[in-house]
Amino acid sequence: MTHANAVVRIMVDGRLTDAPAGSTVAAALIGAGITQFRESVSGEPRAPLCGMGVCYECRVAIDGQAHRRACMVRVRDGMTVSTAYGDR
Amino acid sequence: MATGSRMEPFLCDIAVIGAGPAGLAAAAAAAEAGRRVIIADEGLASGGQIWRPDIRHGSPPTARSWQSRLEASCALTLSRTSIVSIRRPSASGPLVLTGECDGAARVIHAKRVVLATGARELFVPFPGWTLPGVVGVGGAQALLKSGLDVQGKRVVIAGSGPLLLPVAASMARAGARLLVVAEQARRASVIGYATSLWRQPSLIARAARYRAAFVRASFVTGTWVKAATAQAGRIAATLSDGHRDRVYQCDLLCAAFGLVPNTELARQMGCDVRDGRVVVDEQQRTSVLDVFCAGEPTGIGGAELALLEGETAGRAAAGVAEASAPRRRRARLVAQASRMNEAFALRPELRHLADGDTIVCRCEDVRLGEIDRAWSPRQAKLYTRVGMGPCQGRICGAALHFLFDWTHDTIREPVQPAGLSTLLADAIASEIEPHPDTTKA
Repeated sequence: MTHANAVVRIMVDGRLTDAPAGSTVAAALIGAGITQFRESVSGEPRAPLCGMGVCYECRVAIDGQAHRRACMVRVRDGMTVSTAYGDR
Repeated sequence: MATGSRMEPFLCDIAVIGAGPAGLAAAAAAAEAGRRVIIADEGLASGGQIWRPDIRHGSPPTARSWQSRLEASCALTLSRTSIVSIRRPSASGPLVLTGECDGAARVIHAKRVVLATGARELFVPFPGWTLPGVVGVGGAQALLKSGLDVQGKRVVIAGSGPLLLPVAASMARAGARLLVVAEQARRASVIGYATSLWRQPSLIARAARYRAAFVRASFVTGTWVKAATAQAGRIAATLSDGHRDRVYQCDLLCAAFGLVPNTELARQMGCDVRDGRVVVDEQQRTSVLDVFCAGEPTGIGGAELALLEGETAGRAAAGVAEASAPRRRRARLVAQASRMNEAFALRPELRHLADGDTIVCRCEDVRLGEIDRAWSPRQAKLYTRVGMGPCQGRICGAALHFLFDWTHDTIREPVQPAGLSTLLADAIASEIEPHPDTTKA
């Protein structure tokens, strides 16, 4: 558990964003206004569905590592996140 | 890791997979019996989904008491660790578990294994269910507890089962503007189930507290989501009671229809699975030697039954005599679970929400119209790639089971995506005592 108002600073698609300390990357990204986490194989926008690591819809690149499930990773100060479609 | 080197395995008597109620109880019971226990869990913290800690409010008291009991028991916890395969490379050797933590391989050698892999939500495809902002009901709860800010957000909950109430309550408490909570089961079923709980006033009181927390939103029965479309940055969710449709403009549509046991590891090991549930005896033994299973994978039954089964599995795996659970208590919980599953049985209309254009397999974007229900699941895979993406059919497999009554196709290791170093570690670990006749390529 963390202080209610503690935040960490992460970089999302090149933009600095505050995220609640202890939150997952998925929750932080939605909070930062990201609605599209990835693009599906036929080009549809996708975002978290299951919230618990099952569906793989929230895949993003975290600190340069592709295909991480955003719902299974906690935010950390200085973390860089890139949504797949933001890479192109 | 140097290529080709053998990874030092974690050694234990009993490996427990999953740290929800069943896994915590199994690990604590086995460790208290003097066994060396490792409990591996994919999550960031123990507790599973039902006891997932809230980053603002912590864990529920029951969870904390089990976590303390586990801590006191000397079991070793590996969190953020996904187990992708379990096998016994040689008949006289240990069970070898391969896992991954933050991209690094983990190998565990265990004499016995307790599978406590929990459950996931059932997603029923409907037009628009792939839109961002459409999430599960438990999924929404998980995101909320993980720090999602829903203050002022317009939320619709449409699903089934007792889970709707606590999720609606936490949404309301977190400041969401809850528009409606829709239960697909008929009013009579819901009332019948609630009445059957008369001997457990604490459950009824809890339900009443949840309802009071979202008193400003309506709770409707016999109503389900039919479709969703994206409209001006919002989701337009169409709900129906079979006679009338009503459209709600929301930011978050929580739509899932109960739970599905996670049986992937059990099936990968060859355990007998019937009707989607792992078959176990009174001591939670599966059909595979030295492999036990407890909690939701043996049938959706809730946390109290999971704790009982977990403790039984842990004691039985530790070789404690008289490991069976108290028969009457177990029977009562099983009966209650079957009443619940009956009361919230899914209505046939839900089988006809998706049209030919609706995506069924979200990983490979396979549409319902591309799949012929006369096919076998294997044929469907080969022709369309349905179920072959990263989730390995966890979402669409359960959906197609519901839509077409298809049974699971076979599953092979790794049961979920893993990095190359993990696959390498798995290959090396599985040849711990190579057979003299290594004729296969």
